[in-house]
Amino acid sequence: MSKPEAVKEPSMEMQKAMIARNYDAITSKHETGRKVSSTFVPGNLNELLMCFDIVNNLPEINAIQAGMRKASGGYIMEAEKSGHSEDVCTYVKADIGQMSKGNIAPNGKPYPNPDVLMLSYTGCYTFMKWFELLREEYKCPTLMLHVPYEGDGHSTKNMRDYIVKQLKEVVIPGLEQVSGVKFDIDRLRQYLRNSAKAEDNLVWCLEQGKKKPSPIDAYFGGVYYIGPIFTAFRGTEDAVTYYEMLRKEVQNRVDAKQGPLTPEGTYFNDQKYRLIVEGPPNWTNFREFWKMFYDEGAVVVASSYTKVGGLYDQGFRHDPDNPLESLADYCLGCYTNLNLPTRVDLLAKYVEEYEADGLLINSIKSCNSFSAGQLMIMKEVERRTGRPGAFIETDLVDPRYFSAANVKNRLESYFQMIEQKRRGGGSKTVAA
Amino acid sequence: MRCFIGIDLGSTTTKAVVMDENLQVMGRGITNSRSNYDTAAAVSKQEALIDTRLTLFRRALSNVSEVSGQVDGILSDLERNFRHVQFLEQLDDLEQTCVANIKGPRFAGREKAVIEALEGTFSRLRDSSAKQYAPGVKRKSDFFRDLAGAEFMSHGEAVCKEAGLGFDLILNVYDKSIIEVENRPPAGDMEGKFVRALEKGTMTGSSILKPVQEALAIPLEETYVVGTGYGRVRLPFPKEHIRSEILCHGLGAHMMYPDTRTVLDIGGQDTKGIQVDPVGIVENFQMNDRCAAGCGRYLGYIADEMNMGLHELGPLAMNSTKQVRINSTCTVFAGAELRDRLALGEKREDILAGLHRAIILRAMSILSRAGGVKDQFTFTGGVAKNEAAVRELRKLIKENYGDVTINIDPDSIYTGALGGATFAVRAVVN
Repeated sequence: MSKPEAVKEPSMEMQKAMIARNYDAITSKHETGRKVSSTFVPGNLNELLMCFDIVNNLPEINAIQAGMRKASGGYIMEAEKSGHSEDVCTYVKADIGQMSKGNIAPNGKPYPNPDVLMLSYTGCYTFMKWFELLREEYKCPTLMLHVPYEGDGHSTKNMRDYIVKQLKEVVIPGLEQVSGVKFDIDRLRQYLRNSAKAEDNLVWCLEQGKKKPSPIDAYFGGVYYIGPIFTAFRGTEDAVTYYEMLRKEVQNRVDAKQGPLTPEGTYFNDQKYRLIVEGPPNWTNFREFWKMFYDEGAVVVASSYTKVGGLYDQGFRHDPDNPLESLADYCLGCYTNLNLPTRVDLLAKYVEEYEADGLLINSIKSCNSFSAGQLMIMKEVERRTGRPGAFIETDLVDPRYFSAANVKNRLESYFQMIEQKRRGGGSKTVAA
Repeated sequence: MRCFIGIDLGSTTTKAVVMDENLQVMGRGITNSRSNYDTAAAVSKQEALIDTRLTLFRRALSNVSEVSGQVDGILSDLERNFRHVQFLEQLDDLEQTCVANIKGPRFAGREKAVIEALEGTFSRLRDSSAKQYAPGVKRKSDFFRDLAGAEFMSHGEAVCKEAGLGFDLILNVYDKSIIEVENRPPAGDMEGKFVRALEKGTMTGSSILKPVQEALAIPLEETYVVGTGYGRVRLPFPKEHIRSEILCHGLGAHMMYPDTRTVLDIGGQDTKGIQVDPVGIVENFQMNDRCAAGCGRYLGYIADEMNMGLHELGPLAMNSTKQVRINSTCTVFAGAELRDRLALGEKREDILAGLHRAIILRAMSILSRAGGVKDQFTFTGGVAKNEAAVRELRKLIKENYGDVTINIDPDSIYTGALGGATFAVRAVVN
């Protein structure tokens, strides 16, 4: 018996078509003559790349696609054969392994070599090594935008100026050279205007998680909501339309006092537990993982992963009046670029504002950047909110690291623990 | 009597606890999980109900002045006879199953001879079984497979030799049949078996017989059953009857030691560090990921590698005079590391001491991730029976957390089932 197809809402269908178009644009580079850049999700400069008619390819997203199509396991093994260690980020290995297996995009056509590697890295230093490997392979120019880490928990004017200076002196001239297109700041302003519109609607949707029942799932559903804005579509008219459509769908559910749709096509209205989730999802067993939540009545009302490419809900918007400065602020403020105390503040705030039962952390085995300090985060959020935390361990796209029984055991224990506390009245979780 | 039952379907053993509505433990039962959780649940439950009967008998007899001081003896006599009746019943089942399995080309033309050999063997088994259940005889195992198997080998070989028949023929039939019998839920007529046990025994005096018969007449009403452990999803219970073993171990430890705040459970496949509040509610927990390194099964592998029984490892490690540092708690690497150390000339007891320390070091890491060790600390699970592991644990807890009270209950293997039974009581009574 074949697996039932995931139920898709109209916005998901639209997103699917957008992604397909982007893959077609990437793989038809030789026919269209358009240039292709590879870049990363957190802190990406999509609007800027669009100013040079450059198509945006994101190796992280390709790895996620491979994970969801159950292809990443083979790619990772392939990368390990060529000497990459077991503990290295599995996004990197899925990408490297895919290259040695013909580098075929989801549309069945081979990925072309990128014309430029646009390395704007925020928080994750593995990105730097990843692009070193790609540069070695493709022998193409690498434009590096160094984004200072917010070690003190906030950005300074110096940091912003430093990024703007790099944009002016390195990135923009570099992109002009690769593309042969002259930079036009008004074009950038228009894209940023589109971005801000989409961002407004995204924030509205995410904040509906405060309602009971929550009309969204801000983790499993959330990864679809953030798809266009965090990838190759921010700044496009398509993204503006997508978020208007999404907002209407969410509004309809709010009006009907309905929860989000599960992949099985039922409205998830019987919401017993409201959670805040920290950390990326597991992609190889995405639906199985999601099911473990809604089967138990657990809905995610807010998550940090939906902020990995920008904390719009904290007030940031791309600003057409200050284009380069707002790109700098965007890069600086991505979740991965925040220090641990700031992450704790944010998560504790979410627990309170979204009236959640507690914080669940999905610790990623092969992601040092996300996982370091997560236990401390959990304990600190528990201490501040008085609500219990829990910790599960999976991986991004390595199927070997997903143990369903183990994850289910911890999740069920956590939900039952919340239930037990409600019934028993329980003592306060952790003494202040 | 209303019975509240907790069943802990572990990866190695399945345990059951029966409680009354006043949260008093009435009986405990254990069996090997043998990869068939349905049967394991049924067997362990029945064992716990048998034990419940014995508790009821004990209560009944405690009011009989003529037997004061002899109750232990009377009850052990009764249990012995009961077990014998039970054994004979399963033996009949095994014989019938063996006979039914004599088919196929292997036996062609020899069916009659094989049946006769089996009849002879089982007849001798029945006769000799009385010896196994004689007063004062310590049985080597509680499991039918072990008890019947050893006797079958010796009698079967002798019978076949006398009949001039190859022993492998009946051995083959036995191997096939024992699994079927073992995986068959036991017959339910527990009361009848007790009556037969009473008849076999010497309790003819009406002062004893009457209270025992009255206790036997008390109906054991299965009011609520809660399942836990890795096999819990296999139970045909509604969802609200299933609890995770983390909560059950937390609550079970609280029932044993109400002042417990931290619980460490080292089971066959996983290690859990659990923090509980003053009313037994779990506040936090951490457990090993999918890798079972440093869990109970690790010791099982070591025992196999050394060709020893699991229970012999602890005592041997206690003889160590020098500790060998073992780096890996990986179950798969355990054998390699063991041989490596032996090749370097280290003594077995010293290596074993190092292995026990390695397990406990890993448990310490899980405990610290769960928020450290708070007074009182309770150690549960199968490894809590291992004195060498306990020694290392005490040492490391003291070094890291100072003088905290460390509780280890002799019935700690039942902690999860105890928590489950408590949940069962609470579901109905509260």
